[in-house]
Amino acid sequence: MSHPQPNDSTAVAIENCRSDFPALQQEINGQPLVYLDSAASAQQPTAVIDAVAEYQRHDHANVHRGVHTLSHRATDAYEGARDKIQAFIHAASRREIVLTSGTTESINLVAQSYCRPRLGPGNKILISHLEHHSNIVPWQLVCEQTGAELVVTPMDDVGQLDLEAFKQLLSTEVRIVSIGHVSNALGTINPIKDIVAQAHALDIPVLIDGAQSVPHLPIDVQDLGCDFYAFSAHKMFGPTGVGVLYGRESLLEEMPPYQGGGDMILEVSFNGTTYNDLPYKFEAGTPNISGVVGMGAAIDYLQSIGVSHIVKYEHDLLEYLTQQLASVDGIRLIGTAADKASVQSFLLDDIHPHDLGTILDHQGIAIRTGHHCAMPVMDYFGIPGTARASLALYNNVDDVDRLVAGLDKAKQIFA
Amino acid sequence: MSAVDINSRDDLRELYRELILDHAKSPRHFGKLAGATHTAEGINPLCGDKLRLYLRLDDEDKIDAASFEGSGCAISVAAASVMTDTIIGLNVSVALEYFRAVTRRLTDPGQDHGDNLDLGKIMAFDGVHEFPSRIKCATLAWHALNCAIHNQTKSVSTE
Repeated sequence: MSHPQPNDSTAVAIENCRSDFPALQQEINGQPLVYLDSAASAQQPTAVIDAVAEYQRHDHANVHRGVHTLSHRATDAYEGARDKIQAFIHAASRREIVLTSGTTESINLVAQSYCRPRLGPGNKILISHLEHHSNIVPWQLVCEQTGAELVVTPMDDVGQLDLEAFKQLLSTEVRIVSIGHVSNALGTINPIKDIVAQAHALDIPVLIDGAQSVPHLPIDVQDLGCDFYAFSAHKMFGPTGVGVLYGRESLLEEMPPYQGGGDMILEVSFNGTTYNDLPYKFEAGTPNISGVVGMGAAIDYLQSIGVSHIVKYEHDLLEYLTQQLASVDGIRLIGTAADKASVQSFLLDDIHPHDLGTILDHQGIAIRTGHHCAMPVMDYFGIPGTARASLALYNNVDDVDRLVAGLDKAKQIFA
Repeated sequence: MSAVDINSRDDLRELYRELILDHAKSPRHFGKLAGATHTAEGINPLCGDKLRLYLRLDDEDKIDAASFEGSGCAISVAAASVMTDTIIGLNVSVALEYFRAVTRRLTDPGQDHGDNLDLGKIMAFDGVHEFPSRIKCATLAWHALNCAIHNQTKSVSTE
């Protein structure tokens, strides 16, 4: 395999980027931190931390409300980030970029505002076995509210969707298809364009849960053809509590507001209210302004490195991670799809993942252990959970080697 | 267990003592209990530990049999195994004294707890207090015991 080589010009830029992340420059339990939990939440570069702090120090006021200078600055910073997001995911219009608290709120918004008025007994919502709980439970709620049925596309033993079954499950009763772009537990990249084409052939809209894809893959919502795309800032080196719902403008126009409050109105009287235009119709109340500013800075940061460089670097590093893990005696890799990004789940001998997590943490290595908010995936494999190493652009070959050495120690303790 | 120098700091070895590893690998009183009079489920949602505890009480409230089933990490399985070993033969009021002593001991180790009780193998879990995220693993079975004795039928969670 080709290691990500430091003498490759791409790798040089990315190797250097590790020093941009202050949290990675510390020791944990006497060892330099190896952070392999970016799929849960990625660390933030200085550029993001500083952008948020600068905004708080100099520019903070409420947005869209004041005539004074700070309110203008805050509004410019907030709306400027929206423009960056639009460009980053190649949306046709800034009106299609709804700022939310995260992927979870984005999916709930679609479930309640788009689907709920359209659903009744006999209707179906089609998801997949690979989904994170945040792409399961919002649909279960709206099914309970409307009598609609949640239908699940099966997966196979390597963690790939059964596309034949998906085609069979599509029918005119299906009101929406909602599928993750990249599985958080297994790393599988789903064939989104194929899924969208199949669904659109029956005029069924498609929501893509992009929480795990945005920092690892180039995202072009027009090329993907999806109708909704949901993602979070904190998985892509931005702050927590901020996310995006991209929605096709014609669909967003049809949808009633999700929440009522300030900023989402044009005119309010006790006889009734005229709702604001897109995207503000869906942004009730004072938003997470500093968080959105941080998300804009995270996009600038990603683009300064170049998403295509990140894809190549992480692809090679994931290959190295998978190979090195596979060479560990007693390892069982969970999730071995042909097309994957950033994540490798595994089990070691009969050591419980939680014990592995403690033993690795003791050596300064942070991984995620447990069900990864994807309990149906764990049920499929008949396991209570996995250990999961997830990569980001700041990881390198040394991190992988430290992980493998750490697993050796776990084996010694449990020998 | 092999004699491995895990670290200059011996916290890990303190956590994974031989007794704990032994009970984790070969849990005692594992399985369903015929004629159980009390049962409760313990769930630790953080790591997915899930166990069901069974008790059989006689007419004088003595625990004459106890068992557990389920899956969990080494700490939670060993804790359940040692707990069942400890409580069989005890009156429920004494078993509850153990429950209180153990939970206090793990969460507030600076104090002497349970001096009047023979803690025996339970002291093998003293190393857990150095690992705050694992205290819930060590107390899960004990919370299930408390729940079962008080005949609470719903699951007890460590969250």
